[in-house]
Amino acid sequence: MAMISEEHSKEKLGFEETELRLGLPGGGGIVNGDFGKNTNANGKRGYPETVNLKLNLSLKETEKGENLQKEKNLISCSNNAVKPPTKAQVVGWPPVRSFRKNVMAVQKSNSEEGVGGTATFVKVSMDGAPYLRKVDLNMYKSYQDLYGALGKMFNSFTMGKCDSQGMMDFMNESKLKDLLNGSDFVPTYEDKDGDWMLVGDVPWEMFVGSCKRLRIMKGTEAIGLAPRAMEKCKNRS
Amino acid sequence: MAYSFPEEVLEYVFAFLSSDKDRNAVSLVCKSWYEIERWCRRRIFIGNCYAVSPQIVIRRFPEVSAVKIKGKPHFADFNLVPEGWGAYLYPWISAMARSYPWLEEIKLKRMVVTDESLELISKSFKNFKVLVLSSCEGFTTDGLASIAANCRNLRELDLKESEVEDLSGHWLSHFPDNFTSLVSLNMSCLGSEVSFSALERLVSRCPNLKTLRLNRAVPVEKLPSLLRRAPQLVEFGTGAYSAEIRTDIFSNLVEAFSGCKHLKSLSGFWDVVPAYLPAMYNVCSRITSLNLSYATVQSPDLVELISQCPNLKCLWVLDYIEDAGLKALSSYCKDLQELRVFPSDPYGAEPNVSLTEQGLVTVSAGCPKLQSVLYFCRQMSNAALIAIARNRPNLIRFRLCIIEPQAPDYLTLEPLDTGFGAIVEHCKQLRRLSLSGLLTDRVFEYIGTHAEKLEMLSIAFAGDSDLGLHYVLSGCESLRKLEIRDCPFGDKALLANAAKLETMRSLWMSSCSVSYGACKLLGQKMPRLNVEVIDERGPPDSRPETCPVEKLYVYRTVAGPRVDKPDFVWTMDEDAALRLS
Repeated sequence: MAMISEEHSKEKLGFEETELRLGLPGGGGIVNGDFGKNTNANGKRGYPETVNLKLNLSLKETEKGENLQKEKNLISCSNNAVKPPTKAQVVGWPPVRSFRKNVMAVQKSNSEEGVGGTATFVKVSMDGAPYLRKVDLNMYKSYQDLYGALGKMFNSFTMGKCDSQGMMDFMNESKLKDLLNGSDFVPTYEDKDGDWMLVGDVPWEMFVGSCKRLRIMKGTEAIGLAPRAMEKCKNRS
Repeated sequence: MAYSFPEEVLEYVFAFLSSDKDRNAVSLVCKSWYEIERWCRRRIFIGNCYAVSPQIVIRRFPEVSAVKIKGKPHFADFNLVPEGWGAYLYPWISAMARSYPWLEEIKLKRMVVTDESLELISKSFKNFKVLVLSSCEGFTTDGLASIAANCRNLRELDLKESEVEDLSGHWLSHFPDNFTSLVSLNMSCLGSEVSFSALERLVSRCPNLKTLRLNRAVPVEKLPSLLRRAPQLVEFGTGAYSAEIRTDIFSNLVEAFSGCKHLKSLSGFWDVVPAYLPAMYNVCSRITSLNLSYATVQSPDLVELISQCPNLKCLWVLDYIEDAGLKALSSYCKDLQELRVFPSDPYGAEPNVSLTEQGLVTVSAGCPKLQSVLYFCRQMSNAALIAIARNRPNLIRFRLCIIEPQAPDYLTLEPLDTGFGAIVEHCKQLRRLSLSGLLTDRVFEYIGTHAEKLEMLSIAFAGDSDLGLHYVLSGCESLRKLEIRDCPFGDKALLANAAKLETMRSLWMSSCSVSYGACKLLGQKMPRLNVEVIDERGPPDSRPETCPVEKLYVYRTVAGPRVDKPDFVWTMDEDAALRLS
């Protein structure tokens, strides 16, 4: 097989000066500056958290050194400087269709305990918004994470209390009644029994396991849910 | 003039041309051939619903009886396209309802279909026969009820992996008692239980039923009743294939399967209990297609089953089959053409099964007709890829997913460039390729140079620089679809190869390094492309021009910028560039 040297072909096409190196994944930043050739046998860059665990330590050390060097040279966009995602957080990878993932997840949970790393996609609708979204609940570790993501997703429609703090307040039972009267939007979900519940009243893992779909309701409509939520809470504790 | 045939003769001749390519070529010969051809074209394929408008299609082809339309880009399957992006069926149906009253077939892929659309279909086309909804969404079982109730001549209803809001199983009962034309029914993606007696009666009264794919809710003990009523079945999909193990259920199944002398394809097998698999052994010798991709069964049981299927052409299976099972496959199934191995535990940190590159190498060596591969695994080597390439130069589709992004050759720790290079060099008929593992710009040089017949290329977490993208766009003469995610490809290669994009159906780039400024420029330079910036962070002009866009979807079109965009999509065109800058 013909082996054209990298340098030769780059000169031919005039790419040397404009050569771009991989920055961070997730679209983060255009990288300027020359890091020199990647002469490592493994040629890895930019994924400290997904490093193949089989590599021995000394390789890992040199890699970390390289990565630090790169991070210093990064010019990234203000709201785009995120750390490399761990495997579980990379959207759409591995490329298994949600249809298949959901089927496998159900079969798995029927035969074993625990959720494992499978994805749980649920639809999210917001009253007044013209289209639905989908979220993978397994991508978030807490209600706060989820609220942040929901807030971003629907930010063109929300006013007032639909931010991280606003939604966090709903977790506080004593504030529930006061807030429901005044707030604009309330996150609710349909659980496995088909009941509509306020988001936040059960431990996070239990929520992920029982949530079938999410609906961000207008606060006034959610008032009827509050007493039930509190009841269910009391019955559980 | 003395030399030209009468129109009727030409029309008669053109009727023998079934491929769109041939018909398109014919229509370019001269104006009169264009006219004759357009009046007699009956089947239309629209690979991108936004490449053309319903009005343009109808104006050119006034007498169409079958349409096939594709909507969202392929990466929508992996949730990379936000909900609400588009691909709505309704405008097509409402236009065709007026202009194609004799439409018989609608086949859709990745479109948003509403109950309203389904109802309109069921009421507008008096001779409607075939509805295939592949990976579609947006409708409920109420829409299916309209189809069942109103389409008196329906032959085919196939819901292939669509996302249906399942309100109840009642829709099936809407098929009228005098409805007997059903040939194919695939309801495997539905959750709710349908009325079993309604299903039994439907199967009984449709003597031409050849394909029946049940959903999970139909239990195994009910299968014999259906199989006995449809011994002419060619394709059958079970429901949940599990029950407490009882000899009467088992023997009923054996007898029922034995009665089906024409069965060629089996699928379903959710929740399968291995003890019930042998009930099918009597039909296995005729089986050519087996979808066990939901069957959580271990390798020995899979091998038992596969060893009974010497005529197997197509196998979809989970990685429970392991290398040992694939070895058995390669020795029993010499006719195998297509193999898909899906991961049972894609997110697990450690392998849960003993399936490696070796399994695929063995199959490539033992199955001389193998042409189509989809393979998920956790390790790969250049040596293995080279062996596969040398064993199987007749490969047409090769999609490899090494689960860890950027995983190197596990033996040498080198990139997998030479391995994939061997694939494109040896497999000269390769039409579809999906890459994974650690890859530098070099692999794209090999692809650009050698992959002359390649039509679709999928790239993820690969490459070092714009050079990689440049190699692909400046080579790959047959490239139609290019989809890229998380690669360091940016402005230079894209702008330098703008003209190439008009020869392709579409380009998808997400989490790459293409700047907003470059997108605007591309939109300005290429008026016949729709350059769509998809960005959920808000308007791209609220950020610097050098800031990369989240997602970019570029496609050729004669319909101009689309009018149904959601608020997170911007089309770059001359007007937009002026308005936004």
